[in-house]
Amino acid sequence: MIINSRFFNRSELIGFVALALLLFVILPLTLDVFRLNLVAKYLTYAFVAIGLVLCWGYGGILSLGQGVFFGLGGYCMAMYLKLEASSVANTKIQSTPGIPDFMDWNQITQLPFFWKPFHSFPFTLLAIILVPAFFSFIIGAAMFKRRVGGVYFAIITQAIAAILTILIVGQQGYTGGINGITDLRTLHGWDIRTDHAKFILYFVEVVLLFGCIVAAQFIRLTKLGRILVAMREKEDRVRFSGYSVANFKIFAFCAAAIFAAIGGAMFTLEIGFMSPSFVGIVPSIEMVIYTAVGGRMSIFGAVWGSLLVNFAKTSLSESFPQLWLFGLGALFIAVVLAFPDGLSGIWRDYVQPHIDRLIASRKSKARWADGSVADGAPAE
Amino acid sequence: MMFGDYSIGDLGAILAMQGFAGLILFSVYVLMALGLAIIFGQMGVINMAHGEFMILGAYVTWMTSNAFQHYLPSLFPGYFFVAMILAFIASGALGMLVEWGLIRHLYKRPLDTLLATWGLSLILQQAYRSVFGAREVGVELPDWMMGSAQARESIQIPINGMFVMGLTILITVVVAYVLFWSRWGRQVRAVVQNRVMAGAVGINTEKVDRYTFGLGCGIAGIAGSAFTMIGSTGPTAGQLYIVDTFLVVVFGGAASLLGTIASAFTISQTQSTLEFFLSGSMAKVITLLAIVAILMMRPQGLFALKVRK
Repeated sequence: MIINSRFFNRSELIGFVALALLLFVILPLTLDVFRLNLVAKYLTYAFVAIGLVLCWGYGGILSLGQGVFFGLGGYCMAMYLKLEASSVANTKIQSTPGIPDFMDWNQITQLPFFWKPFHSFPFTLLAIILVPAFFSFIIGAAMFKRRVGGVYFAIITQAIAAILTILIVGQQGYTGGINGITDLRTLHGWDIRTDHAKFILYFVEVVLLFGCIVAAQFIRLTKLGRILVAMREKEDRVRFSGYSVANFKIFAFCAAAIFAAIGGAMFTLEIGFMSPSFVGIVPSIEMVIYTAVGGRMSIFGAVWGSLLVNFAKTSLSESFPQLWLFGLGALFIAVVLAFPDGLSGIWRDYVQPHIDRLIASRKSKARWADGSVADGAPAE
Repeated sequence: MMFGDYSIGDLGAILAMQGFAGLILFSVYVLMALGLAIIFGQMGVINMAHGEFMILGAYVTWMTSNAFQHYLPSLFPGYFFVAMILAFIASGALGMLVEWGLIRHLYKRPLDTLLATWGLSLILQQAYRSVFGAREVGVELPDWMMGSAQARESIQIPINGMFVMGLTILITVVVAYVLFWSRWGRQVRAVVQNRVMAGAVGINTEKVDRYTFGLGCGIAGIAGSAFTMIGSTGPTAGQLYIVDTFLVVVFGGAASLLGTIASAFTISQTQSTLEFFLSGSMAKVITLLAIVAILMMRPQGLFALKVRK
């Protein structure tokens, strides 16, 4: 698989390079570690947004439960980190040393069975991918095989997000409750709280993000991506052509879930805790908003949407806490009513033509200067 | 296990008590779901701000109760009737405004109504917070609604529950009559089934849409009045109910009013009964999981219209 003009067309290549420049060079050089860490936090949502582009923008499956998968990935990582942080030496003062502090507070004296495998780092990495994939497969298989879709799917995924939140909050002895899993210290012996670690983690995350972008672009360009679009537009016709619509939908949903889980795991590493407030209905819908603002059909748009909406959220809620919700609500309504294709749509309709014209006029000027008109160089 | 410590007679009494205790929850569910069944089941609009319309009704009830206490203390026992009517009017009017400004542009894109109304719900929540403050407010009940009737030695029936329940039945009957037997209801259903054709035969579709949406929101306002009896009203209280309400509607079969009522009854009673044996959160988790599981097996809900697909 070579990145050539077929894989990215010209404007996509420009988008790719611009984003890579921004994330790899400009931001790390200009921002201090605190701000860079904030950007890293925003970017964890970009993973979810890319997944939503695939499953909602292309597949037409609106999931309002992506927070579930974000949370599952995040909690898997948090469980590993928490176990490492609560070694017997670190937890001498507890009545049962060697188990996480919140378990001790809740009079649990033995590590629950589902926590035990998370002592192992390779298992944790596998679980981050496989647990969300398993759940999304079950949900997807149960729903899509019965041809539940559209609005009903959205509502049921939303209910699942609600269920998981209530469960995590209610079972605080096993999950850390409303506070989540906090006080995480080291990853495989490496202190993740230092500035240096945050700097490195940022680059790890950006590399993973570009990995997801390329994967999503690959899915989009293969026959699979075409089938997803065809399904969104006319599901029955795809079914009658002999494709198993349900399986393709399950695939898109699982891919989105895995992307979200990677984002969640990175969130835990970057921010140092995981809590149910990133799992429930409200964060799940906000993740959809990032995608909608960026443009539900654009992978790069999703990244920009996550960055910009979160940046606006942080700066607005710092200076005008009262206005922030008004602003977010208005943004939503405006995007849906006036710009259904989001930022990428605005770019495509208003900015891209100017750039094209600029390039075209410069080219023709160059040709004039050379004095050689119309030799080779076919029109773009 | 769970039932070990209780004799069968006790269990019966517990079930009956919890059943009556769940009456107000049932009424709130029915009224919320009735409004949503009209908006979502009939019109196909996913109104995520439905909970905020309910909370508007609750705030109106609270204001009415305060006004009566200050200016008309002698009439205080009857304030609830006035409050309900005002709540209906306030939420209904806001609903019509929203339909005019927002919803009517989105009838062809149902999933987008979800996002837009979610934005609306954020705006409304912040508006409530700015106007009424972030603290939750509670409504004082008149004396005659307090207390409970002693049906049998071990069974008590809360009076306000019976009262709200009676009102709910009345409203449901009226709505069913309006939707299924009146001329206007036939127009609503005609518009829903085929907007262009309904317009062609001379129905003012814009007007029908607006009043239908207003009616659904108005009923949510009445649900808000009932809600003040079981919970305190805060800016974000409505959000907690929106998922439950959608599940009630979907579980019942979106287009069926009877299904909506049956599913509201099942869900509220399951939850209220389980709450006696388990913690509140686990009762909720098990109820929701059961609904989701049943919906996965029977996606069309309990009472589905027979449609050839």
